[in-house]
Amino acid sequence: MKLDTSGLESTAPHLGAICEPFSSFASAPSFDLPVTTDFDGFQKESVQMVKPAKGTTTLAFIFKEGVMVAADSRASMGGYISSQSVKKIIEINPYMLGTMAGGAADCQFWHRNLGIKCRLHELANKRRISVTGASKLLANILYSYRGMGLSVGTMIAGWDETGPGLYYVDSEGGRLKGTRFSVGSGSPYAYGVLDSGYKYDLSVEEAAELARRAIYHATFRDGASGGVASVYHVGPNGWKKLSGDDVGELYYKYNPISTSTVEQEMAESSST
Amino acid sequence: MTKQNANWSPYDNNGGTCVAIAGADYCVIAADTRMSTGYSILTRDYSKICKLADKCVMASSGFQADVKALQKQLAARHLIYQHQHNKQVSCPAMAQLLSNTLYYKRFFPYYSFNVLGGLDNEGKGCVYTYDAVGSYERVGYSSQGSGSTLVMPFLDNQLKSPSPLLLPAQDAVTPLSESEAVDLVKTCFASATERDIYTGDKLEIVVLNQEGLHREYMELRKD
Repeated sequence: MKLDTSGLESTAPHLGAICEPFSSFASAPSFDLPVTTDFDGFQKESVQMVKPAKGTTTLAFIFKEGVMVAADSRASMGGYISSQSVKKIIEINPYMLGTMAGGAADCQFWHRNLGIKCRLHELANKRRISVTGASKLLANILYSYRGMGLSVGTMIAGWDETGPGLYYVDSEGGRLKGTRFSVGSGSPYAYGVLDSGYKYDLSVEEAAELARRAIYHATFRDGASGGVASVYHVGPNGWKKLSGDDVGELYYKYNPISTSTVEQEMAESSST
Repeated sequence: MTKQNANWSPYDNNGGTCVAIAGADYCVIAADTRMSTGYSILTRDYSKICKLADKCVMASSGFQADVKALQKQLAARHLIYQHQHNKQVSCPAMAQLLSNTLYYKRFFPYYSFNVLGGLDNEGKGCVYTYDAVGSYERVGYSSQGSGSTLVMPFLDNQLKSPSPLLLPAQDAVTPLSESEAVDLVKTCFASATERDIYTGDKLEIVVLNQEGLHREYMELRKD
Protein backbone atom coordinates (compact mmCIF):
# COMPACT_ATOMS: atom_id res chain seq x y z
CA MET A 1 0.00 0.00 0.00
CA LYS A 2 1.53 3.29 -1.07
CA LEU A 3 0.95 5.90 1.58
CA ASP A 4 0.65 9.56 0.69
CA THR A 5 3.62 11.05 2.52
CA SER A 6 3.61 14.29 0.52
CA GLY A 7 2.45 15.97 3.70
CA LEU A 8 5.77 15.07 5.32
CA GLU A 9 8.17 16.06 2.57
CA SER A 10 10.75 18.56 3.66
CA THR A 11 11.91 21.26 1.29
CA ALA A 12 15.05 21.87 3.37
CA PRO A 13 18.31 21.34 1.45
CA HIS A 14 19.79 17.88 1.81
CA LEU A 15 22.98 18.13 3.81
CA GLY A 16 25.07 15.77 1.70
CA ALA A 17 28.02 13.55 2.56
CA ILE A 18 28.93 15.27 5.84
CA CYS A 19 25.78 14.06 7.48
CA GLU A 20 25.67 10.62 5.89
CA PRO A 21 25.38 8.71 9.17
CA PHE A 22 22.37 10.88 9.99
CA SER A 23 20.73 10.65 6.59
CA SER A 24 17.76 8.79 8.05
CA PHE A 25 17.05 11.81 10.24
CA ALA A 26 17.59 14.45 7.55
CA SER A 27 15.09 12.95 5.13
CA ALA A 28 11.39 13.12 5.88
CA PRO A 29 10.44 10.35 8.28
CA SER A 30 7.80 8.06 6.89
CA PHE A 31 5.29 6.20 9.00
CA ASP A 32 6.56 2.84 10.26
CA LEU A 33 3.99 0.15 9.79
CA PRO A 34 3.76 -2.92 11.99
CA VAL A 35 4.78 -6.20 10.36
CA THR A 36 1.54 -8.12 10.68
CA THR A 37 -0.91 -9.95 8.48
CA ASP A 38 -3.85 -8.45 10.32
CA PHE A 39 -3.34 -4.68 10.06
CA ASP A 40 -6.92 -3.80 10.93
CA GLY A 41 -6.97 -6.02 14.01
CA PHE A 42 -3.68 -4.54 15.19
CA GLN A 43 -5.00 -1.00 14.71
CA LYS A 44 -8.17 -1.85 16.62
CA GLU A 45 -6.08 -3.13 19.53
CA SER A 46 -3.67 -0.25 19.55
CA VAL A 47 -6.55 2.22 19.40
CA GLN A 48 -7.78 0.58 22.61
CA MET A 49 -4.39 1.26 24.16
CA VAL A 50 -4.13 4.79 22.88
CA LYS A 51 -7.81 5.61 23.59
CA PRO A 52 -8.01 8.86 21.61
CA ALA A 53 -10.12 11.57 23.13
CA LYS A 54 -13.48 11.56 21.36
CA GLY A 55 -15.87 13.37 23.64
CA THR A 56 -16.13 16.96 22.64
CA THR A 57 -18.34 19.81 21.49
CA THR A 58 -17.22 22.18 18.77
CA LEU A 59 -19.28 24.45 16.58
CA ALA A 60 -18.89 27.12 13.93
CA PHE A 61 -21.27 29.26 11.92
CA ILE A 62 -21.15 31.99 9.29
CA PHE A 63 -23.09 35.18 9.86
CA LYS A 64 -23.10 38.76 8.59
CA GLU A 65 -19.90 39.78 10.42
CA GLY A 66 -17.82 36.67 9.59
CA VAL A 67 -17.41 33.27 11.23
CA MET A 68 -17.97 32.44 14.89
CA VAL A 69 -16.06 29.40 16.20
CA ALA A 70 -16.48 27.87 19.67
CA ALA A 71 -15.41 24.73 21.52
CA ASP A 72 -15.19 23.16 24.98
CA SER A 73 -11.85 21.97 26.44
CA ARG A 74 -12.33 18.53 27.91
CA ALA A 75 -10.32 15.48 26.83
CA SER A 76 -11.50 12.08 28.04
CA MET A 77 -9.84 8.65 27.88
CA GLY A 78 -12.71 6.25 28.38
CA GLY A 79 -14.32 7.47 31.60
CA TYR A 80 -11.29 9.34 32.89
CA ILE A 81 -10.93 13.06 32.24
CA SER A 82 -7.36 13.38 31.04
CA SER A 83 -7.48 17.15 30.70
CA GLN A 84 -9.82 20.11 31.26
CA SER A 85 -7.67 22.58 29.35
CA VAL A 86 -7.17 21.22 25.86
CA LYS A 87 -6.91 23.78 23.07
CA LYS A 88 -9.53 22.55 20.63
CA ILE A 89 -9.46 25.64 18.45
CA ILE A 90 -6.20 25.49 16.57
CA GLU A 91 -4.72 28.63 15.06
CA ILE A 92 -3.55 27.49 11.63
CA ASN A 93 -2.48 31.01 10.64
CA PRO A 94 -3.63 34.54 11.56
CA TYR A 95 -6.76 34.34 9.40
CA MET A 96 -7.71 30.65 9.61
CA LEU A 97 -8.84 28.44 12.46
CA GLY A 98 -9.34 24.70 12.75
CA THR A 99 -11.39 22.86 15.36
CA MET A 100 -10.41 19.60 16.99
CA ALA A 101 -12.69 16.60 17.49
CA GLY A 102 -11.71 12.95 17.56
CA GLY A 103 -8.11 11.92 18.19
CA ALA A 104 -6.23 14.79 19.81
CA ALA A 105 -2.84 13.82 18.40
CA ASP A 106 -4.28 13.31 14.90
CA CYS A 107 -5.91 16.75 14.91
CA GLN A 108 -2.88 18.54 16.39
CA PHE A 109 -0.41 16.95 13.99
CA TRP A 110 -2.43 17.37 10.78
CA HIS A 111 -3.52 20.92 11.58
CA ARG A 112 0.10 21.89 12.16
CA ASN A 113 1.00 20.17 8.90
CA LEU A 114 -1.80 22.10 7.17
CA GLY A 115 -0.41 25.35 8.58
CA ILE A 116 2.99 24.52 7.11
CA LYS A 117 1.48 23.75 3.69
CA CYS A 118 -0.56 26.98 3.77
CA ARG A 119 2.58 28.99 4.50
CA LEU A 120 4.46 27.25 1.70
CA HIS A 121 1.56 28.10 -0.63
CA GLU A 122 1.84 31.77 0.37
CA LEU A 123 5.57 31.81 -0.29
CA ALA A 124 5.24 30.00 -3.61
CA ASN A 125 2.25 31.97 -4.94
CA LYS A 126 2.69 35.37 -3.24
CA ARG A 127 -0.89 35.29 -2.00
CA ARG A 128 -2.80 33.72 0.85
CA ILE A 129 -4.42 30.35 0.34
CA SER A 130 -8.22 30.26 0.18
CA VAL A 131 -10.31 28.41 2.77
CA THR A 132 -11.49 26.16 -0.07
CA GLY A 133 -7.90 25.32 -0.94
CA ALA A 134 -6.78 24.73 2.63
CA SER A 135 -9.71 22.46 3.40
CA LYS A 136 -9.09 20.52 0.18
CA LEU A 137 -5.41 20.01 1.13
CA LEU A 138 -6.42 18.57 4.48
CA ALA A 139 -9.24 16.45 3.04
CA ASN A 140 -6.94 14.90 0.43
CA ILE A 141 -4.37 13.93 3.06
CA LEU A 142 -7.03 12.42 5.33
CA TYR A 143 -8.56 10.54 2.39
CA SER A 144 -5.21 8.95 1.60
CA TYR A 145 -5.08 7.57 5.16
CA ARG A 146 -8.69 6.41 5.01
CA GLY A 147 -9.23 3.07 6.75
CA MET A 148 -6.03 3.29 8.79
CA GLY A 149 -7.67 4.42 11.99
CA LEU A 150 -7.17 8.19 12.02
CA SER A 151 -9.94 9.97 13.87
CA VAL A 152 -10.40 13.59 12.82
CA GLY A 153 -13.62 15.62 12.72
CA THR A 154 -12.63 19.18 12.05
CA MET A 155 -14.01 22.44 10.75
CA ILE A 156 -11.80 24.85 8.82
CA ALA A 157 -13.00 28.42 9.27
CA GLY A 158 -11.41 31.46 7.69
CA TRP A 159 -11.76 34.68 5.79
CA ASP A 160 -10.35 34.91 2.27
CA GLU A 161 -10.93 37.04 -0.87
CA THR A 162 -14.41 35.60 -1.36
CA GLY A 163 -15.41 36.46 2.22
CA PRO A 164 -16.03 34.14 5.17
CA GLY A 165 -15.54 30.41 4.53
CA LEU A 166 -16.46 27.32 6.55
CA TYR A 167 -15.79 23.69 5.67
CA TYR A 168 -16.30 20.45 7.58
CA VAL A 169 -13.56 17.84 6.96
CA ASP A 170 -13.33 14.38 8.50
CA SER A 171 -11.08 11.34 8.52
CA GLU A 172 -13.52 9.28 6.43
CA GLY A 173 -12.57 11.63 3.59
CA GLY A 174 -15.72 13.78 3.78
CA ARG A 175 -15.57 17.49 2.99
CA LEU A 176 -18.65 19.70 3.17
CA LYS A 177 -19.10 23.39 2.59
CA GLY A 178 -21.69 24.93 4.87
CA THR A 179 -22.86 27.80 7.03
CA ARG A 180 -23.55 26.01 10.33
CA PHE A 181 -21.76 22.98 11.79
CA SER A 182 -21.34 21.30 15.16
CA VAL A 183 -19.06 18.31 15.69
CA GLY A 184 -18.60 15.93 18.61
CA SER A 185 -20.53 13.96 21.20
CA GLY A 186 -22.17 17.15 22.48
CA SER A 187 -23.18 18.35 19.01
CA PRO A 188 -26.89 17.35 19.20
CA TYR A 189 -27.30 19.61 22.23
CA ALA A 190 -25.33 22.41 20.64
CA TYR A 191 -27.37 22.17 17.41
CA GLY A 192 -30.59 22.56 19.39
CA VAL A 193 -29.50 25.84 20.90
CA LEU A 194 -27.65 27.06 17.82
CA ASP A 195 -30.40 26.35 15.29
CA SER A 196 -33.14 27.92 17.39
CA GLY A 197 -31.18 31.12 18.02
CA TYR A 198 -29.49 31.61 14.67
CA LYS A 199 -30.13 34.60 12.43
CA TYR A 200 -27.83 35.81 9.67
CA ASP A 201 -28.04 39.42 10.93
CA LEU A 202 -26.61 38.85 14.40
CA SER A 203 -24.09 41.33 15.75
CA VAL A 204 -20.69 40.07 16.92
CA GLU A 205 -21.70 40.16 20.61
CA GLU A 206 -25.01 38.39 19.97
CA ALA A 207 -23.36 35.71 17.87
CA ALA A 208 -20.68 35.19 20.53
CA GLU A 209 -23.33 34.81 23.21
CA LEU A 210 -25.23 32.32 21.04
CA ALA A 211 -22.06 30.28 20.49
CA ARG A 212 -21.18 30.42 24.19
CA ARG A 213 -24.65 29.30 25.24
CA ALA A 214 -24.66 26.44 22.75
CA ILE A 215 -21.35 25.12 24.13
CA TYR A 216 -22.53 25.66 27.71
CA HIS A 217 -25.73 23.66 27.15
CA ALA A 218 -23.78 20.86 25.47
CA THR A 219 -21.34 20.66 28.42
CA PHE A 220 -24.31 20.62 30.79
CA ARG A 221 -25.86 17.53 29.24
CA ASP A 222 -22.88 15.70 27.70
CA GLY A 223 -20.52 14.07 30.19
CA ALA A 224 -17.67 14.02 27.73
CA SER A 225 -17.71 17.82 27.25
CA GLY A 226 -16.69 20.42 29.79
CA GLY A 227 -13.92 22.70 31.00
CA VAL A 228 -13.64 26.11 29.41
CA ALA A 229 -15.91 27.39 26.61
CA SER A 230 -13.71 29.32 24.17
CA VAL A 231 -15.23 31.60 21.54
CA TYR A 232 -13.32 32.99 18.56
CA HIS A 233 -14.43 35.38 15.81
CA VAL A 234 -12.94 35.36 12.31
CA GLY A 235 -13.31 38.69 10.58
CA PRO A 236 -11.76 40.40 7.55
CA ASN A 237 -8.61 41.15 9.55
CA GLY A 238 -8.18 37.62 10.87
CA TRP A 239 -9.28 35.81 13.99
CA LYS A 240 -9.63 37.18 17.49
CA LYS A 241 -10.34 35.28 20.70
CA LEU A 242 -13.43 36.84 22.25
CA SER A 243 -13.85 34.87 25.47
CA GLY A 244 -12.82 31.87 27.54
CA ASP A 245 -15.24 31.08 30.37
CA ASP A 246 -15.26 28.19 32.81
CA VAL A 247 -18.58 26.41 32.21
CA GLY A 248 -19.02 25.81 35.93
CA GLU A 249 -19.08 29.57 36.43
CA LEU A 250 -21.29 30.08 33.38
CA TYR A 251 -23.91 27.92 35.11
CA TYR A 252 -24.22 30.41 37.97
CA LYS A 253 -24.21 33.31 35.54
CA TYR A 254 -27.16 31.83 33.62
CA ASN A 255 -28.90 30.48 36.75
CA PRO A 256 -28.23 33.00 39.51
CA ILE A 257 -29.05 31.88 43.04
CA SER A 258 -31.82 34.08 44.40
CA THR A 259 -31.57 34.79 48.13
CA SER A 260 -34.87 35.01 49.94
CA THR A 261 -35.45 36.90 53.17
CA VAL A 262 -35.89 35.00 56.46
CA GLU A 263 -39.49 36.25 56.79
CA GLN A 264 -40.37 34.85 53.39
CA GLU A 265 -38.95 31.43 54.31
CA MET A 266 -40.86 31.36 57.61
CA ALA A 267 -44.08 32.30 55.84
CA GLU A 268 -43.54 29.53 53.26
CA SER A 269 -42.78 26.85 55.87
CA SER A 270 -45.80 27.74 58.05
CA SER A 271 -48.21 27.60 55.10
CA THR A 272 -47.08 24.06 53.99
CA MET B 1 -9.27 -25.24 11.89
CA THR B 2 -10.77 -22.49 14.03
CA LYS B 3 -9.37 -18.98 13.68
CA GLN B 4 -6.66 -18.37 16.29
CA ASN B 5 -5.85 -14.91 17.51
CA ALA B 6 -2.24 -13.84 18.07
CA ASN B 7 -1.00 -14.88 21.51
CA TRP B 8 2.06 -12.70 21.25
CA SER B 9 1.78 -8.96 21.76
CA PRO B 10 4.67 -6.63 20.99
CA TYR B 11 3.69 -4.56 24.05
CA ASP B 12 3.93 -5.01 27.82
CA ASN B 13 3.20 -2.61 30.65
CA ASN B 14 5.99 -2.17 33.20
CA GLY B 15 3.89 0.06 35.43
CA GLY B 16 5.04 2.99 37.53
CA THR B 17 3.99 6.59 38.04
CA CYS B 18 5.53 9.89 36.97
CA VAL B 19 4.76 13.41 38.22
CA ALA B 20 5.98 16.85 37.24
CA ILE B 21 5.22 20.26 38.77
CA ALA B 22 6.20 23.65 37.31
CA GLY B 23 7.11 26.54 39.59
CA ALA B 24 7.95 30.19 39.05
CA ASP B 25 11.67 29.48 38.51
CA TYR B 26 12.01 25.73 39.04
CA CYS B 27 10.58 22.45 37.86
CA VAL B 28 10.19 19.22 39.85
CA ILE B 29 10.09 15.89 37.98
CA ALA B 30 9.64 12.66 39.92
CA ALA B 31 9.05 8.96 39.24
CA ASP B 32 9.11 5.77 41.25
CA THR B 33 11.81 3.18 40.51
CA ARG B 34 9.77 -0.03 40.41
CA MET B 35 9.67 -2.00 37.17
CA SER B 36 7.08 -4.79 37.00
CA THR B 37 5.58 -7.24 34.54
CA GLY B 38 2.22 -8.77 35.38
CA TYR B 39 2.29 -9.44 39.12
CA SER B 40 6.09 -9.80 39.28
CA ILE B 41 8.65 -7.15 40.13
CA LEU B 42 11.56 -7.16 37.67
CA THR B 43 13.65 -4.67 39.62
CA ARG B 44 13.26 -2.12 42.43
CA ASP B 45 15.91 0.23 41.09
CA TYR B 46 15.06 1.35 37.55
CA SER B 47 15.14 5.03 36.66
CA LYS B 48 12.28 6.30 34.51
CA ILE B 49 13.74 9.80 34.32
CA CYS B 50 15.99 10.87 31.46
CA LYS B 51 17.83 14.16 31.05
CA LEU B 52 17.37 15.23 27.44
CA ALA B 53 19.06 18.66 27.70
CA ASP B 54 20.40 21.05 30.33
CA LYS B 55 16.94 22.53 30.85
CA CYS B 56 14.79 19.60 29.83
CA VAL B 57 14.03 16.34 31.64
CA MET B 58 11.59 13.61 30.65
CA ALA B 59 9.88 11.01 32.81
CA SER B 60 8.04 8.15 31.13
CA SER B 61 5.95 5.23 32.29
CA GLY B 62 4.48 2.40 30.27
CA PHE B 63 6.50 -0.10 28.27
CA GLN B 64 10.14 0.57 29.21
CA ALA B 65 11.61 -0.98 26.05
CA ASP B 66 9.68 1.58 23.97
CA VAL B 67 10.67 4.27 26.48
CA LYS B 68 14.35 3.36 26.07
CA ALA B 69 14.06 3.44 22.26
CA LEU B 70 12.30 6.81 22.45
CA GLN B 71 14.96 8.27 24.79
CA LYS B 72 17.74 7.10 22.42
CA GLN B 73 15.94 8.64 19.44
CA LEU B 74 15.54 11.99 21.23
CA ALA B 75 19.14 12.01 22.51
CA ALA B 76 20.41 11.41 18.97
CA ARG B 77 18.22 14.19 17.54
CA HIS B 78 19.45 16.50 20.30
CA LEU B 79 23.06 15.77 19.38
CA ILE B 80 22.36 16.69 15.75
CA TYR B 81 20.61 19.87 16.91
CA GLN B 82 23.68 20.84 18.97
CA HIS B 83 25.96 20.25 15.99
CA GLN B 84 23.74 22.32 13.69
CA HIS B 85 22.84 25.19 16.02
CA ASN B 86 25.76 25.30 18.46
CA LYS B 87 23.48 25.44 21.49
CA GLN B 88 21.32 23.25 23.69
CA VAL B 89 17.73 22.72 22.64
CA SER B 90 15.11 24.70 24.56
CA CYS B 91 12.34 22.92 26.45
CA PRO B 92 9.44 24.11 24.22
CA ALA B 93 11.37 22.99 21.12
CA MET B 94 12.11 19.58 22.64
CA ALA B 95 8.42 19.32 23.57
CA GLN B 96 7.43 19.73 19.90
CA LEU B 97 10.14 17.26 18.84
CA LEU B 98 8.83 14.65 21.26
CA SER B 99 5.30 15.16 19.94
CA ASN B 100 6.40 14.64 16.34
CA THR B 101 8.59 11.64 17.26
CA LEU B 102 5.60 10.00 18.93
CA TYR B 103 3.26 10.80 16.03
CA TYR B 104 5.58 9.35 13.38
CA LYS B 105 4.86 6.02 15.04
CA ARG B 106 1.12 6.66 14.87
CA PHE B 107 0.40 3.27 13.29
CA PHE B 108 2.72 1.29 15.62
CA PRO B 109 2.82 3.50 18.71
CA TYR B 110 5.47 3.83 21.40
CA TYR B 111 3.65 2.54 24.46
CA SER B 112 5.06 5.37 26.50
CA PHE B 113 3.19 7.91 28.64
CA ASN B 114 5.46 10.91 29.08
CA VAL B 115 5.77 14.08 31.06
CA LEU B 116 8.41 16.60 30.04
CA GLY B 117 9.63 19.11 32.59
CA GLY B 118 12.07 21.97 32.37
CA LEU B 119 12.67 25.70 32.20
CA ASP B 120 11.38 27.72 29.29
CA ASN B 121 13.29 30.48 27.50
CA GLU B 122 12.42 32.96 30.25
CA GLY B 123 13.57 30.67 33.06
CA LYS B 124 10.04 29.87 34.24
CA GLY B 125 9.12 26.26 35.00
CA CYS B 126 7.18 24.42 32.32
CA VAL B 127 5.60 20.97 32.20
CA TYR B 128 4.29 19.29 29.06
CA THR B 129 2.05 16.24 29.23
CA TYR B 130 1.59 13.71 26.42
CA ASP B 131 -0.54 10.80 25.36
CA ALA B 132 0.97 7.76 23.64
CA VAL B 133 0.68 9.15 20.10
CA GLY B 134 1.97 12.66 20.64
CA SER B 135 -0.90 14.96 21.54
CA TYR B 136 0.55 17.44 24.02
CA GLU B 137 -0.21 20.49 26.11
CA ARG B 138 1.70 22.82 28.36
CA VAL B 139 0.34 22.62 31.91
CA GLY B 140 1.29 23.67 35.42
CA TYR B 141 1.49 20.09 36.72
CA SER B 142 0.79 16.58 35.50
CA SER B 143 1.06 12.91 36.29
CA GLN B 144 1.14 9.83 34.03
CA GLY B 145 1.28 6.09 34.59
CA SER B 146 -0.49 3.46 36.64
CA GLY B 147 -0.91 5.71 39.69
CA SER B 148 -1.92 8.83 37.75
CA THR B 149 -5.65 8.42 38.47
CA LEU B 150 -4.76 8.49 42.19
CA VAL B 151 -2.29 11.38 42.02
CA MET B 152 -4.06 13.77 39.61
CA PRO B 153 -7.15 14.48 41.76
CA PHE B 154 -4.85 15.25 44.70
CA LEU B 155 -2.75 17.63 42.60
CA ASP B 156 -5.94 19.24 41.23
CA ASN B 157 -7.04 19.86 44.80
CA GLN B 158 -3.70 21.30 45.97
CA LEU B 159 -2.49 23.07 42.87
CA LYS B 160 -5.57 23.80 40.79
CA SER B 161 -4.46 26.61 38.62
CA PRO B 162 -6.64 28.73 36.36
CA SER B 163 -6.99 27.22 32.89
CA PRO B 164 -4.71 28.77 30.25
CA LEU B 165 -7.80 29.05 28.03
CA LEU B 166 -9.50 31.62 30.23
CA LEU B 167 -9.74 35.16 28.93
CA PRO B 168 -8.34 37.41 30.41
CA ALA B 169 -5.33 35.09 30.72
CA GLN B 170 -4.15 34.01 34.16
CA ASP B 171 -0.80 32.53 35.08
CA ALA B 172 -0.66 28.73 35.37
CA VAL B 173 2.46 28.10 37.47
CA THR B 174 2.08 27.24 41.11
CA PRO B 175 2.93 29.85 43.77
CA LEU B 176 4.55 27.14 45.92
CA SER B 177 8.23 27.34 46.79
CA GLU B 178 10.64 24.68 45.59
CA SER B 179 10.83 22.84 48.92
CA GLU B 180 7.03 22.91 49.30
CA ALA B 181 6.65 21.41 45.83
CA VAL B 182 9.17 18.65 46.63
CA ASP B 183 7.26 17.84 49.84
CA LEU B 184 4.01 17.75 47.87
CA VAL B 185 5.52 15.27 45.41
CA LYS B 186 6.71 13.05 48.27
CA THR B 187 3.20 13.08 49.71
CA CYS B 188 1.72 12.15 46.30
CA PHE B 189 3.91 9.11 45.95
CA ALA B 190 3.48 7.98 49.54
CA SER B 191 -0.29 7.93 48.92
CA ALA B 192 -0.10 6.39 45.45
CA THR B 193 2.14 3.60 46.80
CA GLU B 194 -0.55 2.68 49.33
CA ARG B 195 -3.19 1.98 46.70
CA ASP B 196 -1.37 1.14 43.45
CA ILE B 197 0.45 -2.19 43.30
CA TYR B 198 2.74 -1.04 40.50
CA THR B 199 4.07 2.00 42.40
CA GLY B 200 6.60 1.76 45.23
CA ASP B 201 10.17 0.83 46.26
CA LYS B 202 11.94 4.15 45.80
CA LEU B 203 11.14 7.64 44.60
CA GLU B 204 13.56 9.57 42.39
CA ILE B 205 13.10 13.36 42.41
CA VAL B 206 14.86 15.68 39.99
CA VAL B 207 14.71 19.45 40.52
CA LEU B 208 15.70 21.81 37.70
CA ASN B 209 16.42 25.44 38.47
CA GLN B 210 18.84 28.27 37.65
CA GLU B 211 21.69 26.50 39.42
CA GLY B 212 21.21 23.32 37.42
CA LEU B 213 19.97 19.82 38.14
CA HIS B 214 19.63 18.34 41.63
CA ARG B 215 18.62 14.73 42.29
CA GLU B 216 17.35 13.15 45.50
CA TYR B 217 15.81 9.85 46.55
CA MET B 218 13.19 8.79 49.07
CA GLU B 219 12.32 5.26 50.19
CA LEU B 220 8.79 4.04 49.53
CA ARG B 221 6.92 0.94 50.69
CA LYS B 222 8.34 -2.18 49.09
CA ASP B 223 5.23 -4.37 49.30
